Amino acid sequence: MMAVQQSITRAHHEEWARVVASLTRRFGDLDIAEDAAAEAFSVAVERWPVDGVPANPGAWLTTTANRRAIDRIRRESKREDKYREAQVLQTDDLPGPESVIDDDRLRLLFTCCHPALAMESRIALTLRMLGGLTMPEIARAFLVQESAMGQRITRAKAKIRAAGIPYRVPAAGDLPVRVAGVLSVLYLVFNEGYLATGPGTDPIRADLTAEAIRLNRLLHALMPGDGEVTGLLALMLLIEARRPARISAHGELVTLDEQDRKLWDRMLIAEGHQLVRERLASGVAPGRYQILAAINAVHTSAPTAEDTDWSQVVALYDQLVRLDPSPIVAMNRAIALGELDGPQVALAIIDRLGDRLSGYHAWHATRAELLHRLGRADAARAAYDRAMELAGNTAEVAALARRRDESGQW
Amino acid sequence: MRDVTNAQERIQMQYLISVIDDNAGLATDNEMEQIDGFNDRLRANGHWVYANGLAGPESATVIDNRGEEPVFTDGPFVESKEYLAGFWIIEAPDLDVALKLAAEGSKCCNRKVEVRPFA
Repeated sequence: MMAVQQSITRAHHEEWARVVASLTRRFGDLDIAEDAAAEAFSVAVERWPVDGVPANPGAWLTTTANRRAIDRIRRESKREDKYREAQVLQTDDLPGPESVIDDDRLRLLFTCCHPALAMESRIALTLRMLGGLTMPEIARAFLVQESAMGQRITRAKAKIRAAGIPYRVPAAGDLPVRVAGVLSVLYLVFNEGYLATGPGTDPIRADLTAEAIRLNRLLHALMPGDGEVTGLLALMLLIEARRPARISAHGELVTLDEQDRKLWDRMLIAEGHQLVRERLASGVAPGRYQILAAINAVHTSAPTAEDTDWSQVVALYDQLVRLDPSPIVAMNRAIALGELDGPQVALAIIDRLGDRLSGYHAWHATRAELLHRLGRADAARAAYDRAMELAGNTAEVAALARRRDESGQW
Repeated sequence: MRDVTNAQERIQMQYLISVIDDNAGLATDNEMEQIDGFNDRLRANGHWVYANGLAGPESATVIDNRGEEPVFTDGPFVESKEYLAGFWIIEAPDLDVALKLAAEGSKCCNRKVEVRPFA
């Protein structure tokens, strides 16, 4: 019985996206594909414990879902023309010119992450259609009402249909921009998991980080030659590896320099380092995610915080600043530089970023840290207070409160 | 949802590209020249259905004949800083193509545009 349960769970993980994607291709409609896939899985929950797990669960699920979809189309006479269209699609199933990376799941990913959809909708659709998360799960992940999330997904599917958002891998010329769009969706999902916002949630949402990694692995398997896809996967793995050390027993967020490095996941680090080396060996100029992954590779290579090769980190940030002149990157570069040249140097740069970052909790927390190290206790405390007001993550607020109290005893 | 792998079966959709203006002014000579060039490309590539510019919103009249007598009101139906200055109706196989054309149109007429499919 347990074995059957595990088979169903595994099939859901491995086959959901494939079933939805192949049905979308066949019937040209996300609604039909999603509903039929969900029905096929509930039939599996009923039948597999009785009939046994089929030899090829994926094929069984696809066949069952296909049958359900056709039943539904036959029932709904208004779908008649859709059905005929679907028949055309099915018989006219020639591989496209981009067949090198032609995979139904990849098409589905590009459809769900289309730039004509609002970012919240892209995230929700991706988690539903490719991740197989249920509506309540997605609603909970982003702290919205289930009905609101359902509406968001319904509206997005309606727009895809009405506006003619295509189901295909973009042409080679558009690919870099569109892949970047997909990656930013995955990175947002990951970040929401890694530093969950909102007072009611766990500080770390492992389900979201795991889902982002799973989808990124899928994308990497489909597009192994894309540097940024590899880069983001490496970045996620190297951040995820530190998760066990990130929250203290008292529920506080633990900063990188104070983490117990014995708790880091060596397997994930090895895999992340391997991917970073692979990109270095390619000789192709790295993009943003690859540089961020390289920075994290430097951190995860150091046995202790003191061993960190800060000049390497600063050099990588110099490279990143050229690609991404955002004030947040400049701030992180200043922090690294402070480790080399002292807190005074870092603080001077950080203060100059104030007009653009004064609404960002991390800017105040960074200032507080530097002021504390410079012995300016009052100014540090004020900066900690401001950071705590702006921070949304419960564990981070707890850590800031402790640091603030410690700085008072200077 | 359209799939370009079925090139022969391509179903053309029609889209309205609305030109949104916020500073009452007709297109300059240079903009007109750019727009003409873009229109030629639309015709050459089979996307053209129709396009035209509109006179300013102050020339609009609203008519409501849902009651017993038609009621005429001076001015546009909605007062706003932004208004419809012109439009294209194009044919394209899917939104990706329509967005690309709309982006080119926006560049040529030097104004924001909105893309909307016909139902």
